Amino acid sequence: MGAVPIFWYLSLSAVLFTLGVAGFVFRRNIITVFMSIELMLNAVNLSFITFSYRWKQVDGHLLAFFVMVVAAAEAAVGLAIILTVYKNRQTLNIDEIDTLKN
Amino acid sequence: MDVILFLAFAIIAVVCAVNVVVQTHPISSAISLVGVMGSLAVLYLLLGAEFLAAAQVIVYAGAIMVLFVFVIMLLNAGAEVKKGQSNMALFLGGPLLAGLVVLLVWFVQHFFGADVTVRFGSFQGGGPRDVGTALFTRYLLPFEITSILILIAIVGAIVLARKEID
Repeated sequence: MGAVPIFWYLSLSAVLFTLGVAGFVFRRNIITVFMSIELMLNAVNLSFITFSYRWKQVDGHLLAFFVMVVAAAEAAVGLAIILTVYKNRQTLNIDEIDTLKN
Repeated sequence: MDVILFLAFAIIAVVCAVNVVVQTHPISSAISLVGVMGSLAVLYLLLGAEFLAAAQVIVYAGAIMVLFVFVIMLLNAGAEVKKGQSNMALFLGGPLLAGLVVLLVWFVQHFFGADVTVRFGSFQGGGPRDVGTALFTRYLLPFEITSILILIAIVGAIVLARKEID
């Protein structure tokens, strides 16, 4: 004992990713949907870093770092879009934002 | 010790992630997401990623989540109201998602047996020096492209969120 099998880390990543997908699919609040995307990105980062450990290479760390940077940019633009949508529609429910459907 | 730390923070992460999904109020989801990110930072440390553990706390738990909380407060977002929504999605989607997680776990277990283990301290190449060296040599072009991406994101966010001035 004393060492953790590597597939525990990968399974944790899979569970977190699936919870992110569940939040993305089932929730109706646009901000919660957006947070579910962040949860999925975090799960993928955990996988990257675990693989980096497995092959003793730093490349996975850099990929996770780039994912983090893109997530920051995405959060800034996404939240600005949410602000604009709220200003025009006064709602955060994604079922009521269906202009493209009609 | 490794096992105890891993299990403790993995359980915190999963419980917080479930809380993100089931809470109806966005602010509760946001706080739970901070919990997920904090426990993931500890797991990064266990995997030898010191730089990324710090970046996770500063960038994700610090900057991005503060942005989320700002927007939730700004919009005064209340609890989600359910109306006219059938339970069909839950009945169909729940088993499908359970199938997805079982498939993924089976897949990683198939490729990485129990003999491949993580031991704290056996990978030393994750400090700021190693990450920085790789970032400014092999990954220089992606790094520069990232800076342009962030510039575009800043300009886009300002254009989207500003008030119209006539």
